[in-house]
Amino acid sequence: MHRQEDEKTKRLETELLLEGIFRRYGYDFRHYARASLARRLDLQLRRHKLAHISALIPVLLHDQAAFDLFLQDMSITVTDMFRNPHFFQELREKVIPKLKTWPYVKIWCAGCATGEEVYSLAILLQEENFYDRCQIYATDYNNRSLAIAKDGIYGLDKIKNYTANYNKTGAKGSFADYYHAKYDGAKMNEGLKRNIVFSHHNLATDSVFGEMNLILCRNVLIYFDQDLQNRVLDLYAASLCAGGFLCLGAKESLQFSSVVDTFDPVSRKNNIYRKNYARAEGGHG
Amino acid sequence: MAELYRTVVMGASAGGMSALATILARLPKDFPASVVIVQHVKEEGTDGYRAVFLGKRCPLPVKEAIDKEPLKRGIVYLAPAGYHLLVEETGTLSLSVDPPVNFSRPSIDVLFESAATVFGERLIGVILTGANSDGSHGIRKIKEYGGYTMVQAPSEAEVPAMPLAAMESADIDAVLTLAEIGGFLTGIGDHPIPEAPAMPHQTTTI
Repeated sequence: MHRQEDEKTKRLETELLLEGIFRRYGYDFRHYARASLARRLDLQLRRHKLAHISALIPVLLHDQAAFDLFLQDMSITVTDMFRNPHFFQELREKVIPKLKTWPYVKIWCAGCATGEEVYSLAILLQEENFYDRCQIYATDYNNRSLAIAKDGIYGLDKIKNYTANYNKTGAKGSFADYYHAKYDGAKMNEGLKRNIVFSHHNLATDSVFGEMNLILCRNVLIYFDQDLQNRVLDLYAASLCAGGFLCLGAKESLQFSSVVDTFDPVSRKNNIYRKNYARAEGGHG
Repeated sequence: MAELYRTVVMGASAGGMSALATILARLPKDFPASVVIVQHVKEEGTDGYRAVFLGKRCPLPVKEAIDKEPLKRGIVYLAPAGYHLLVEETGTLSLSVDPPVNFSRPSIDVLFESAATVFGERLIGVILTGANSDGSHGIRKIKEYGGYTMVQAPSEAEVPAMPLAAMESADIDAVLTLAEIGGFLTGIGDHPIPEAPAMPHQTTTI
């Protein structure tokens, strides 16, 4: 039936567009999971009042401003601070005590988007009296998201929810100690940023940039197809020292990936894994 | 051999847990399709409970969906709270944390629209009780792509707004009680997809 023909054509148009974007700008969305991507391309069509994805090709390849807007639309994820509080509780109780056995710890928040997760982690490390021995690398491919992350200013309307989450993490203080409210925004304390480096890194195209003890990458892989997930998980396996920890989102899994044997589960419920020693190559922490 | 229905997608909101339990309880152990459900839920971390609740009442295994999980026949998948659930053209499930749609994450529209493009006429879409209009776009897309569409009879629904919105949006194939929906689904293994699209509101022949 013709709907299925339409879908086939749409697939072709999508591939042409993504190939064009990759070769024109170097941003590689070719292995993004197609179902979410399709919704985002529909948004582009509405935005530019176009009927076909192929009509987006000239717009996005020639008009830098339109492409910048597209990049923004591609990272419109919505997350919270201390999302899934039980995960942070387990990080506190099961992971940080092990990290403390290393003299100095490097942490990678991969695909940090607008930074909610990074500040959540910094607060946790501070409360565990460990932050001064940590360096956090917070990376994202989207410079605009990174700029928001660096500013560390979030809507006051969200603070109530963040506070409720924080209180469920085994908190040792009051969430209000970590931000200043001004107008309708809450600005995270400058002190939290002292051991964070924000930088540009694209998981789809860039490689290892340091040996890590902990990698946090929650709800990022869900946007990738299995091939790209495998690529990124290989990258994480190569970046982690032996015994290093990998934290994925609660509904993500190594189960269908190529690195399932490289990691041992620490918490199945919260998807915390540890790189096993036997298969580790090179130096250890 | 005639094509059979492959997947059933269901959307439910207020009053949905008991409606879902009523339908799922009727499915046979050898149900030949997969069932994918979006039930609106406010709190994250409640998924485990919902899957256990429905699993106790359904002969089929009920589980929360995991990202990139292949869809299998005879299994009931539940969208996790706080994530959209989508179907990929490879027949796997995927999740997203894109902004809420119709103030909902998971959103019924998001699931239905992606499933419609993947499964076309092999898809059955069902809208149950609810106090909003989520799913009304998705059910129309299922219809457009040749799938079979059902809603819970508004007279029976705990909250009729969602079935009514679906009926307003699309020419729904069958308006049925929960018991009838369960009965219809039970029979899909024996009935190939009709050659011609079914007539709307042919409820008596089912």
